Amino acid sequence: MTTTAHPPITTPEVGGLGHSVRRTEDDRFIQGAGNYLDDVVLPGMLHMAIVRSPIAHGRIVSIDTEAASALEGVVAIVTGELMDQHNLAWMPTLSGDTQAVLATDKVRYQGQEVAAVIATDPYVAHDAAALVYVEYDELPAITNPQQALKEGAVLIRDEKEGQIDNVAYTWETGDKEGTDRAFAGADMVVSLETHYPRSHPAPLETCGAVADINPATGQATIYLTSQAPHAHRTLFAIVTGLPEEKIRIISPDIGGGFGNKVPIYPGYVVATAASLLIGKPVKWIETRSENLISTGFARDYHMKGEMALSSDGRITAMRASILSDQGAFYADAQPTKFRAGLFHICTGSYDIPYAHVSAKGAFTNKAPGGVAYRCSFRVTEASYLVERLAEDAAWKLGMDPTEFRRKNFIGKDQFPYHSPTGFVYDSGDYHAAMDEAVSLSSYSDWRSKQAAGPTADGKLIGVGLASFTEVVGAGHSKEYDIAGLKMFDSAELRIHPTGKAILKLGVKSQGQGHETTFAQIVAEELGIPFSDIKVVEGDTDNTPYGLGTYASRSTPVGGAATAMVSRRIREKARKLAAHLLEAAEDDLEWEPGKFTVKGTDQGVTIQEIAFAAYTNPADGMEAGLEGVYYYDPPNMTFPFGTYVVVVEVDPADGTWKVLNMTAVDDCGVRINPMIVAGQITGGLTEGFAKANMQWITFDDNGNCIGSNFLDYLVPTAYETPKFTLGATVTPSPHHPLGAKGVGESATVGSPAAFVNAVLDALRHGGHDVDNIDMPVLPHRVWGVLNGIEVTP
Amino acid sequence: MKVTVTINGASRSADAEPRTLLVDFIRSGLGLTGTHIGCDTTSCGACTVILDGRPVKSCTVLAVQADGRELRTVEGLKQNGVLHPIQAAFKEHHGLQCGFCTPGMMLVGASIIEANPHPTEDEVRWGISGNICRCTGYMNIVKAIIAAGEGMATDDEPVGEDLAAEESQEALEEITA
Repeated sequence: MTTTAHPPITTPEVGGLGHSVRRTEDDRFIQGAGNYLDDVVLPGMLHMAIVRSPIAHGRIVSIDTEAASALEGVVAIVTGELMDQHNLAWMPTLSGDTQAVLATDKVRYQGQEVAAVIATDPYVAHDAAALVYVEYDELPAITNPQQALKEGAVLIRDEKEGQIDNVAYTWETGDKEGTDRAFAGADMVVSLETHYPRSHPAPLETCGAVADINPATGQATIYLTSQAPHAHRTLFAIVTGLPEEKIRIISPDIGGGFGNKVPIYPGYVVATAASLLIGKPVKWIETRSENLISTGFARDYHMKGEMALSSDGRITAMRASILSDQGAFYADAQPTKFRAGLFHICTGSYDIPYAHVSAKGAFTNKAPGGVAYRCSFRVTEASYLVERLAEDAAWKLGMDPTEFRRKNFIGKDQFPYHSPTGFVYDSGDYHAAMDEAVSLSSYSDWRSKQAAGPTADGKLIGVGLASFTEVVGAGHSKEYDIAGLKMFDSAELRIHPTGKAILKLGVKSQGQGHETTFAQIVAEELGIPFSDIKVVEGDTDNTPYGLGTYASRSTPVGGAATAMVSRRIREKARKLAAHLLEAAEDDLEWEPGKFTVKGTDQGVTIQEIAFAAYTNPADGMEAGLEGVYYYDPPNMTFPFGTYVVVVEVDPADGTWKVLNMTAVDDCGVRINPMIVAGQITGGLTEGFAKANMQWITFDDNGNCIGSNFLDYLVPTAYETPKFTLGATVTPSPHHPLGAKGVGESATVGSPAAFVNAVLDALRHGGHDVDNIDMPVLPHRVWGVLNGIEVTP
Repeated sequence: MKVTVTINGASRSADAEPRTLLVDFIRSGLGLTGTHIGCDTTSCGACTVILDGRPVKSCTVLAVQADGRELRTVEGLKQNGVLHPIQAAFKEHHGLQCGFCTPGMMLVGASIIEANPHPTEDEVRWGISGNICRCTGYMNIVKAIIAAGEGMATDDEPVGEDLAAEESQEALEEITA
């Protein structure tokens, strides 16, 4: 704990802001006493396994369930036909499209859900699923958006009324005319075409559900791996027609989410329908392969970006056009108003007068998703594009990339800054973060080493940067909703008579440590020790409504609601204190945990006040000490930072190794610095993963390459580099705590820094290269080193 | 058929099919759900348990192979009400976030330091490379295992423990002033 000029105002025992208190939730996790979805066991529970399409595109000719039905222990087999009888064969997606729950007409991607087997034992359910024989009339598979948009391409969404091609959406924003004019007058233009490959969040716990519908009462209790239980309850009510008051979603401990657990998946709906039909609880747990081939993919953006530059190194305009691969259904989890998520934040940290963004999405024979994998709705793709372009521009202008960025950064005094695509950046000090990163990484020393040529053993040194700006904390109700639900969030706080408390939230932790940090917010505001505060999330019957946890929105929105409800309670506590102390409210002074009469030593603690709220309220005063707050944020928050990566590239085989990775993050005020740092090291690892090894691709027939952890490479401790962390603090001016959110910054900002570092090594080594797509695999690097075109 | 194991010091029996995986036997047969399942391919290590003193991935062992043998799972780490040093170190060094990989990671970590209480960082990183964590980036897991080996007598704090704490307080005072 710090003891310098600005120590935390609370004691370590109280554990308010700035204290790296150890996490409350850890006590159960380290003892194996967490309660994850697969740990839920109910009396009479049945097990479900899903029959999936082995092909990417084809018409269903017949489904033969006879052999499967005959297997001992099989209770029921659900097909699309049966779901259709209940009007449940299709469901809406989070982007206003429809998605098949169980296929009735065609299969449109490998791994698509065709039927489900319900059995008394999970092994039997999987045995029976293998015995369901489906005959397909195979159609050509479309595996990329370029193919999809070719004239004469087979129509994937032939069931969709009015759909005559494979276009999922088109969207544009910004000032096209002004941008074109600026490009026409530019001294120089740099351009980059690159594919941000398909990826998958792959949390260590897969998705699943236990649906328990009581046939006597109609009460539906659905345990769900859900990052957004309240929104899911409402969507379940709409999809299934069950009355909302009879639906209770319980999202237990979640073994990682990263966006994977935002959508509603067919398995959830089928398990619920099966429980309704059979009258018993039904459990469905994905296998890892099912998780990777069928649930929410991320990225898959084919991007073209251009920067117009003046000869003295100013960016005068930016253009970006996107072709997104949506898979078979347009299912991006994103705010309704923005069809390419928040990609239009792509001018990043730079003061660029003109910008224009156009985006088009295509249907392909690949799994749907488009989830924001540790990302605020496509800000990752945006940040990657602008940071690759910035590095490219600096190289071609012959400027040091730090100098080029400094020259174009939005200045500290320009905030609030109106971006050319319509965002109002709340705050920032990009130069300060850059200065800190340059100093902490010993940037100039690395440049000197690089200038001295290859290392003694022939390795090429490269230095890469990224100075990202995120847009998180969705969002204010004027512009942000998902499926019509405004993106506020909520907190309900009750102080018990003994001064202990319970805090109930609309957001839902998946490992971020909410049970600790949100208790710390209350501790800061009311002086009640964080360890006296129980935090409850993920049970829709017992928490106030909220949109959930993704897009780094918990601290910006739910955290603000927590601070505001605490302050509301403090105001009532003041009235109670005035009554107890027989003083005027204006004569009272607040210090953490206590009201005192100004100029005296007379005071009452928050615990004494809480007791009085139930035992001795003033005449006419409502008893109790509790409240609820729904927070509608006035703006988004804009975390930022500068990352520096140093690599050495081995010209012999094209492998590259990280020698130094320094990350300076500014996420505003840090509630628990230890937890913040943990979010950053985790995010950096995912950024490294995407740059180095982790992607999902497909063969020409639409077979998923990357359907298990032997093919879909996620980094282990052995490959993962070590990181050096630094910080600057620029508080958000509109957030009650000045906090901005941090869970995704590192995943957003770091991929470009890694790729820029490898390209920098190659360029300084005398190789002419504009792009290597991620992941920067050794053979791709080797191809550049040897001037040989290599296949992806 | 009946399978009998000594698990966390107690003899337990339950029925298992010949094909039942040890992880399913532990979770469903014996009701010990601290051991997790994260993949189908022996890649992730979430199901790691200690079989006759050595860590194994219990998704790749049949329950019948464990018959008559000794098992230790995460539930057996705490002894007489006292946390195992590896458990205390994981909490102290912020070596976990979602907690799903944690039981397997702690059991491998405990095996590493039982064999050598003073492993190097590289030895720890190699030693846990059969276990995947998707949350932490491993830095604090490595610190926790080394600290547990040192009997917690290490000054090596979790990454970023004090980072920007003062500046945060200063900023907060400014905006709430």
